[in-house]
Amino acid sequence: MPVGLYVHVPFCLKKCDYCDFVSFTAHRDGINQYLSSLAGEISLYSDTLSGEEKQVATLYIGGGTPTCLETAGLANIIETIALHFDLSACGEITVEANPGTVGLEKLRTLRRLGVNRISIGVQSCSDKHLRNLGRVHNFREAVEAVTAAGEAGFENIGVDLIYGLPGQTAGEWRECLETVSCLGLRHISAYSLQIEQGTPIAGRIAAGELNPCDEDVEAGMFSDTIKVLKDKGYRHYEISNFALPGRECLHNQIYWRNQPYLGLGPAAHSYFRGARYANPSALEEYNSAIAAGRPAFIDAQTVSPETEMSETVFLGLRLIEGLDLKGFSQRFGKKIEDVYGGRIRGLVRDGLLEYAGGFLRLTERGMELGNRVFSEFV
Amino acid sequence: MVNRQEHIRNFCIIAHIDHGKSTLADRILEYTGALSQREMTDQVLDKMDLERERGITIKMQAVRLNYRARDGKEYQLNLIDTPGHVDFTYEVSRSLAACEGALLVVDAAQGIEAQTLANVYMAIENNLEIIPVINKIDLPSAEPERVKKEIEDVIGLDASEAVLVSAKMGTGVEEVLEEIVKKIPPPSGDREAPLQALIFDSHYDSYKGVIAYVRVIHGSLEKGTRIRMMATEREFELNEVGVFRPSMATVEGLKVGEVGFLAASIKNVKDCRVGDTVTDADNPAPRPLPGYRKVTPMVYCGLYPIDNVQYDDLRDALEKLKLNDASLVFEPETSEALGFGFRCGFLGLLHMEIIQERLEREYRLDLITTAPSVVYRITTTARETLEIDNPTKMPPQGKIEIMEEPFVKATIMVPKDYVGTVMDLSQERRGIFKNMEYMGENRVMLTYDLPLSEIIFDFFDQLKSRTKGYASLDYELIGYRESKLVKLDIMINGDPLDALTCIVHQEKAYYRGRQLVEKLRSLIPRQLFDVPVQAAIGNKIISRETIKARRKDVLAKCYGGDITRKRKLLEKQKEGKKRMKQVGSVEIPQEAFMAVLSIDDNK
Repeated sequence: MPVGLYVHVPFCLKKCDYCDFVSFTAHRDGINQYLSSLAGEISLYSDTLSGEEKQVATLYIGGGTPTCLETAGLANIIETIALHFDLSACGEITVEANPGTVGLEKLRTLRRLGVNRISIGVQSCSDKHLRNLGRVHNFREAVEAVTAAGEAGFENIGVDLIYGLPGQTAGEWRECLETVSCLGLRHISAYSLQIEQGTPIAGRIAAGELNPCDEDVEAGMFSDTIKVLKDKGYRHYEISNFALPGRECLHNQIYWRNQPYLGLGPAAHSYFRGARYANPSALEEYNSAIAAGRPAFIDAQTVSPETEMSETVFLGLRLIEGLDLKGFSQRFGKKIEDVYGGRIRGLVRDGLLEYAGGFLRLTERGMELGNRVFSEFV
Repeated sequence: MVNRQEHIRNFCIIAHIDHGKSTLADRILEYTGALSQREMTDQVLDKMDLERERGITIKMQAVRLNYRARDGKEYQLNLIDTPGHVDFTYEVSRSLAACEGALLVVDAAQGIEAQTLANVYMAIENNLEIIPVINKIDLPSAEPERVKKEIEDVIGLDASEAVLVSAKMGTGVEEVLEEIVKKIPPPSGDREAPLQALIFDSHYDSYKGVIAYVRVIHGSLEKGTRIRMMATEREFELNEVGVFRPSMATVEGLKVGEVGFLAASIKNVKDCRVGDTVTDADNPAPRPLPGYRKVTPMVYCGLYPIDNVQYDDLRDALEKLKLNDASLVFEPETSEALGFGFRCGFLGLLHMEIIQERLEREYRLDLITTAPSVVYRITTTARETLEIDNPTKMPPQGKIEIMEEPFVKATIMVPKDYVGTVMDLSQERRGIFKNMEYMGENRVMLTYDLPLSEIIFDFFDQLKSRTKGYASLDYELIGYRESKLVKLDIMINGDPLDALTCIVHQEKAYYRGRQLVEKLRSLIPRQLFDVPVQAAIGNKIISRETIKARRKDVLAKCYGGDITRKRKLLEKQKEGKKRMKQVGSVEIPQEAFMAVLSIDDNK
């Protein structure tokens, strides 16, 4: 089965105040070292994988901020992958971009290199909220990035938005959705803000400088998102994701369908040959492993059939269509009810799950309380 | 050997918390060489972790020390440690019965506190020789002369020869030892008489069975003797006799007047009651020694395992704790909401907290503690008298003729600037003013009659916080008085939650009901559906709040391909759910059951 390929670019101009992903402030030496390690890691895999395993279904370059690399660096990554892997059947090559790091020239080069999807971190339409989040750009610059992507020849453009921000009103969010949905985008991800421990924003909330968004207000924003974007023709296909029909992100669906993927770069994760692997987060650790000619991952866990079933369920239920029941039986040789019958009955009774046309899916209420449903399957 | 008895001194130390009892005890151990300085971890006698953390002594310890006095003779000193908290008066009474003398340790800056006073009076009643010791003389604020005068005025003891000590610096320790030798009388027992040894404490050892702490009053105790417990009439082969130095050390025997321990493969603690007399089965004493006053629990609460499969573990753990703590009582009970558990009686709130913490820490049990209650006395219209230690058992109002609750006489000592504050607090708690007395220029002793139920409800914490820690409290039960009391029921999602039922004074019922309902709303997490929380008296709802349905509980992001992290988050959520008690269809966290205790009157 062709794999999804993920490349983690762990650099940003400046880390955002809510972010707890692995990212470092971009500086030349670190980036050069990273690029050479990454090339090493790619060729290392190329030596050990079979021809079939080198067939790439999707390529996703994420971060961090991939576009804070210079054009040549990005080109280098894509060209090295093309050299060592088989991209002939690759239907989607995505690069994540942040406003302020993408000029027309860089975008044109990416397009020329075969990148056919761009995902721009717009996050909010309000400069006040962008400042609170510690973003380095304003909304005007975000729109300029979208426009530039179109001008560079990208047709498949998506944006990320965050709602449930401190002090954000339901009205502000609706207005933002209206504005963004008029930009001609193919894909919109709308995430609710997760306050992660240890982030600057968590500190400011603890200090009383910012008020976290009320649970009811946030829930209202979620249902408004569904309503507004549906009206504009977007299909709600995953809890936080909306796309024009046929423009659903192929790469992320690999995760949700619990299919194999290979992660390259520091802190990247892989699910491959029935085991999960994690690369080290620290750059030095990553660099020195590759320099020594060995795979970077520090953690490998074989996935037992029970775990695979449980992950297939709680990941698959994130999709709005739900979990394909026939697909489950074929994959595991037993019916889902034989494994989780009691739990499913309970969740159906509580109105959180429902059966629909051969699928088991979250109800609208179930989408609000996804974790409650998912935790029943771990 | 003629005068072995002459060279024994048995003593204990009476002190208020923080007045330096444990530090002084440590210095004495160090001085007499029972422990080298290197072996000293701070406060050796406070053995339990909990004791060290809270800086208090709960369980007694007994240590044998050897001291060569200035008269050139070698003395055997037995130090019997005593707890300093008001909850543990009972344990103090047990230590006193094993001693001929007591050190009264008073802080040179703070003076006498209420609890000290109560214990000194108890020691005087027991005919103990009291040696005043003024500690912390190194403090800049020390006023030893004022404190001496206070001891004379308030207690009526001659303090002219009080020993001035700084246990911290180690000054005056030798003088204390000399005073012990000089003033405390040697034990007066008859070594030829049949054996009579008083059991003043015990602990359970998984290899040796019950270890009884004994003071030989008459006769002697030797290994191999067949002993009889006079109250239970059980007989055992004595297979080990020893002393604490402070670790356990075997000796050939204990002679008259000596303090130590015995082990006789006693498997059941019920066969070895604290307060009982040990005698020689082949040459029994005609009658037992006078026992201690019987301990009566003041506070009751229900203890329930969150997970019902832990019920047997809980019973085993309670039985084990009971081995070391005769004051703990428990019997099985059932709650509609909580299933099977135990109704437990405690000496006070601190005692209750300590037992609960030990069960959770040492026996790894997840417990729910129901609101504490005192024992109410009810006379029904049918002229029956009922004692109610569980509020849910209160009969309907219509069937109650008279309802009485326990009252205490509370003695509060406080700097005079705080008199108003203490009076306000006592008033709020239905206190009846009895007396006010100046002790020196600055300090005042207030006496109130207060309902015990008001004392267990957060009174001590309030007293401490409102007087910036300066007030001290002692109380003793003075009997039952009639009160206008009602049963306050709490209903969650329409069903009464028996574990939260409490008995409150009529005039406070509305206020308390509202507070409780608000508190519960903030403690119970939002559920799948709206959950009403109500307080009711009889059929009448007096307060209502709604816990709104949970609206949002989902992770937005996928964290790239980090499924393991996602799984861990979900596992954590599942764990959290397990620690809640499922009552009907509502999940209630442990803290909610203690809500009744933590209500702040000032809010």
